[in-house]
Amino acid sequence: MPRNTFTTRDLRKIYGEGPAAVQALRGVTLEIPEGEIVVLLGPSGSGKSTLLNILGGLDRGTDGAVFFRDHDLAAMSDRELTRYRRDHVGFVFQFYNLMPSLTARENVELVTEIAHDPMDPGEALARVGLAQRADHFPAQLSGGEQQRVAIARALAKQPDVLFCDEPTGALDSTTGRAVLNVLKEVNEKMGTTVLIVTHAAAQAGMADRVIHFADGTVREVIENATKCAPEDIEW
Amino acid sequence: MTLHPAPLTHKLMRDLYRIKGQAVAIGAVIAVGVMMLVMMTGLVASLSETRRTYYDRFRLADVFAPVARAPETVAQRLRHLPGVAAIQTRVTGRALIDLGGSALPIQARALSLPEYRAAALNTIYLTDGRMFDAARAEEVVVLRSFARAHGLRPGDRIAATMNGFRRELSVVGFAQSPEFLYSTAPGELAPDDARFAVLWMSRTALAAAFDMQGAFNEVLFSLTRGAEPEAVIAAADRLLDRYGAQGAYGLSHLQSDLFISEEIDGLRRSARSVPPIFLAVAAFLLYIVISRMVQAEREQIGLMKAFGYSDTEVGGHYFRMILVIAVGGALAGCLLGIAAGRWMADLYLLYYKFPFLVFRLDPASFLTGFAVSILAASAGGLLVLRQVFALTPAVAMRAAAPPDYSRSGRFSSALGRRLDQPTRMVLRRLTRQPLRMGGAVLGVAAGLSVSIAMVSILNSFSAMQALTFDVIDHSDLNVSFIQPLEARSVHDLQSLPGVIEVEPVRIVPAILRNGRALYHGAIHGLIEQPRLYRAVDADTQPIAMRQGGVILSSGLARTLDIKAGDQLSVDVREGRRPRLSLPVIAVAESLLGSPAYMEIGALNRVLKEPLRISGAYLRVDATQAAKIYAALKAMPMVAGVSVKSQSRAALKKVMDQGAGAMRYVMALIAAVITFGVIYNAARVAQAERARDLAGLRVLGFSRGEVAFVLLGELAVVTLLALPLGGAIGYGLTFAIAAGFSTDVYQIRPVLDAESFGLAMGVVLLAALVSGWLVKRDIDRADLVTALKTRE
Repeated sequence: MPRNTFTTRDLRKIYGEGPAAVQALRGVTLEIPEGEIVVLLGPSGSGKSTLLNILGGLDRGTDGAVFFRDHDLAAMSDRELTRYRRDHVGFVFQFYNLMPSLTARENVELVTEIAHDPMDPGEALARVGLAQRADHFPAQLSGGEQQRVAIARALAKQPDVLFCDEPTGALDSTTGRAVLNVLKEVNEKMGTTVLIVTHAAAQAGMADRVIHFADGTVREVIENATKCAPEDIEW
Repeated sequence: MTLHPAPLTHKLMRDLYRIKGQAVAIGAVIAVGVMMLVMMTGLVASLSETRRTYYDRFRLADVFAPVARAPETVAQRLRHLPGVAAIQTRVTGRALIDLGGSALPIQARALSLPEYRAAALNTIYLTDGRMFDAARAEEVVVLRSFARAHGLRPGDRIAATMNGFRRELSVVGFAQSPEFLYSTAPGELAPDDARFAVLWMSRTALAAAFDMQGAFNEVLFSLTRGAEPEAVIAAADRLLDRYGAQGAYGLSHLQSDLFISEEIDGLRRSARSVPPIFLAVAAFLLYIVISRMVQAEREQIGLMKAFGYSDTEVGGHYFRMILVIAVGGALAGCLLGIAAGRWMADLYLLYYKFPFLVFRLDPASFLTGFAVSILAASAGGLLVLRQVFALTPAVAMRAAAPPDYSRSGRFSSALGRRLDQPTRMVLRRLTRQPLRMGGAVLGVAAGLSVSIAMVSILNSFSAMQALTFDVIDHSDLNVSFIQPLEARSVHDLQSLPGVIEVEPVRIVPAILRNGRALYHGAIHGLIEQPRLYRAVDADTQPIAMRQGGVILSSGLARTLDIKAGDQLSVDVREGRRPRLSLPVIAVAESLLGSPAYMEIGALNRVLKEPLRISGAYLRVDATQAAKIYAALKAMPMVAGVSVKSQSRAALKKVMDQGAGAMRYVMALIAAVITFGVIYNAARVAQAERARDLAGLRVLGFSRGEVAFVLLGELAVVTLLALPLGGAIGYGLTFAIAAGFSTDVYQIRPVLDAESFGLAMGVVLLAALVSGWLVKRDIDRADLVTALKTRE
C-alpha cells in the first residue's frame, strides 16, 4: 500500500468572526497517496483553493488535523512552514508569478539556489521545452511560455508535491494542453505528486484521483481506472 | 454630468484613507516647507513693521553725529542743513554703576534729555515710575532690562561714577528706547541685560557732570523725505570738524539697528531659499506615489472610461487627490507656521527689547504658501495625468504585461555570475528606472544635506566661541581707561596683588575705508609679541605685530573688500583725528567682531602720541578676584572692566537659547524630508512588488530574505545618497555660511566627522524606521491574496 503524501481529518477553515464568518472548509477528511495526479474539481467558492493553500503551507486551518507524510502541518511554526515550502513543495499559479526582473533561467535559479537537492536550471527549462528561451525576461515570453517557466521553476527543486492552482486558467487550448503535458511528464518521470485545482471538469480525465468539492466539503472521490492523455482533453 | 461625480468622491476618500501613511508623510514635507515660509515671512513682517512703528513713534534719529564738544550755537546751522527735518543735541558719556558688594562696576551710557519739553528725537518709552524732575540733578530713568535684571525698583538709589566723579543717583523710572533695542556691554556682541545700563538724565545735570554747559557732544538728525543720509553725514562732518567730529553715521550703523537688520535679512534669505527645497521634494513624492496608484488602478481607470467617464473626470479624480494632500499640507503648514512664529516672536523678545512684538501673519505668505504648494504638487501631478489620459479602456482592461527588464544588466561577467538571484532583482530594479531611483537618491541627499548644513553651522557657533575665548583671548579681565594714559599705568595694574600678567592695549576709534566701502570700528594697538590677546592666522597660529601697517580680521577684510598689500584709508576719530593711509600687511582669523590691529608703538607714532595706552588685558589669580575687583573699583582712571567668563557666558546663553532650540527644529526638519522620501519610496516599491514578494515567500524564502529584496533597494538608495548628500551638504554649508556671515560675526562651517556622523545618523534612522514600517507590512501580507490578484 503506497503511503499518503497528505492526510486530513475533519479539517475546517473559517474566515472572519461572528455573523460575518465564512466557513470555507466544513470538515474535510481525505487521503492523497504519493505519486498520484489529483484533480480538485468544484465551483468557485467551494473551498478547493483553500484546501490547496493549507496543504501547501500558505495558510492554516482553523480546526482539524492535516499531515504531510507524518509531519503535522498545523503544529508547524511560520519558520518551519517556510522550510517546508522551501524543501518539499512547488507551486504553479494561474498568473505565473514570475519575477519580471529575472530572466527565465534566473527565475529557475531563484529556487535552485535555496533548494536542498535541485536539478540543473538548464535541465528544468529543457523539460518544459524552453532551453532556447532561457535568457529571455518574462516580458519577452508568451503566456504559455511564462507558465512553463513557472513549472520549470517549481519542479527544479525536485519537490515532493507540485501544487497547481488553475494552471491553464489564463491560457488557450494549445498552450494549455502543452502545460498539462508537462505536468504529466513530471509526475511520471519524477514520481512527483501533482495536485491540480481547476473548475474545468474535462481535466479530470488525466487524473489518478478526482476530488469533487462543494460548499466546503468533499462530495465525492473518484479513482480513474484509465487516464486519458492531455492531448485528448476537451477544452 | 457634474465634474466631480459622487462615486469618485467616495473613491477619493477611501483611496486617501488607504494611503494615509504616505499622504501624511508627503503632507508633512509640504507642511514643513509652508511652515518655514509662513513663520519666516511672518517674522520678517513682524520685526520690520514693529521696528518701523517703534522707530516712528519714538522718533529715532536717521543720522547720529558724535563730536568732542560743540557749542550749542552750532545747532542752528545744523538744523538748516539741506535734507534735515529736525535735530536734537544731547550730552552723552560713559558711566560706571556700582551696585555695592564685591561685584564689578557695570558699564553704562548716560544720555541727556531736554528738561522742559519732549525731545525732538530719540524719545523714550517710560514703562515704570515717572520722568526725572528737571530741578533734581540726582534723578535718573534707567533702562528697563537692566533694572529688571538687578531687581531695581523706582525709588532705589544707585552710585555711579561719571567723568571720574562718584555720585548718588535716585532711580525714578524705567524706560525702553528704540536706540537700545539690542544692547550689549561695550565691546561685546551678545546681549547681557545685567551688564549694561543706560541712564537718562536732565541735560543740565549731565552737562555739569561732563563739562558740557552750553555745549553738546552728540547731535541727532531726522531727515526730510527723500533726503540722502550720505549727504547729511558729509555736511555734518564738515560743519562739526573743528569741534572734533568723530564721524557721523546713519541709523543703519547704529549697533542695535545693525543687529536687528541682520536678523531680518537672514530670515528673509531663509524664507526664500529653504521652503522651495521642501516643495520640490514633495512634488517628486506625489509624482511617484500617485503614478504608482494609476498604474495599479489601470483596470479601474479603463472601466470608468468604458462606462463613459471622460478623461477629464478620471484625471480630475487623481488630481483632486494631489490637491487634497497639497492643500492639507499647506493648511497644516500655515497653522504650524503661526504657532512657530508666535513662539519665535517670544524668543526674540528676550533679545530685542521691543515694548511689544505681536506675530503678524503676512497674509501674502498664506497665499504664497498655498499657491506654491499647489503648483509644486500639480507639477508632480501633471506627469501622472498624462499617464491617465494615455490609457485607453481596452488597454486598461487587459492585464499589464510584466515590466520589461530586458534592457537591464545581464551580469554575465565573472563577478556578475557570483551574484545571487535576490541581489540581481535588487540591482535590475535600480537600473531599470534610473530616473526614479535618481530622484529618490536626490531626495534623501537633500534631507541629508540640510541636516549636515545645519549641524555644521550650529557647530560653527561653538567653534566661534572657542576661537574667540580660548585661542585669541587668553586674558581674564579687560580694563579700559576713561582716556588714553601714559604707558606706565600698566605698573599700577601690575602691582595689584593677584594680578599675574598685564598687557597694554591702545584702542583708537576710526573709520576704515576702501573706496566706497567703509566701516565704523577701531584699531587695536597690541604689543609686538602679545600673549594675552593675540591676532591669529587661519591655522590659529599667533601673528606677530609687525611695524609698517595694519592687520585686518577676515570679516573686516571681506566687508572692505581689501587684501594684504592694499592701502587702507583710516580716519582716526580721536585726538588730532589724522587721516592715514596704511598698508594692510596681513589678514587675521576672527569669527566674532571685526577688529583691526597694529603694533602699539607704530600706532602711537602715527597718532603722534607716544607711549599711550587706553586699556589693558589682565591675567589674574582667580582666588584673589574679589580683591582685584575692589581695587579696580577704587581706581578713578578705570572706565570699565569686562570679565571674559561673563562675556563668554552671555554669548553661550544666546547660542544655547536661540541656536540651541533651532538645532532640534532643524534635525526634525531633516528627518521629515528623509523620512518622507524613504518611506514613500519603500511603500511604492512594496506596492509594486507585493506579488513578487509573496511569490518569493511561497517559493520558500524566509521573511528576512524577502525583506532583503525590497529593503536592499532602499539600502542602496540610502547608501548612494550618503556621499551625494555629504557633497551637497558641504556646498550648502559654505553657501549658507557665506550668506549669513556679517561683519559682526563670521560663520566658519565646522565639517567634522561628528557633524557628518550626526547628520547621517538622522538619515539612517529615518531609513530604518521606514524600512521597519514596510517590513512589518510585508510580514503581515496575505500570501494568497497577493498572488491571486492580477496585476
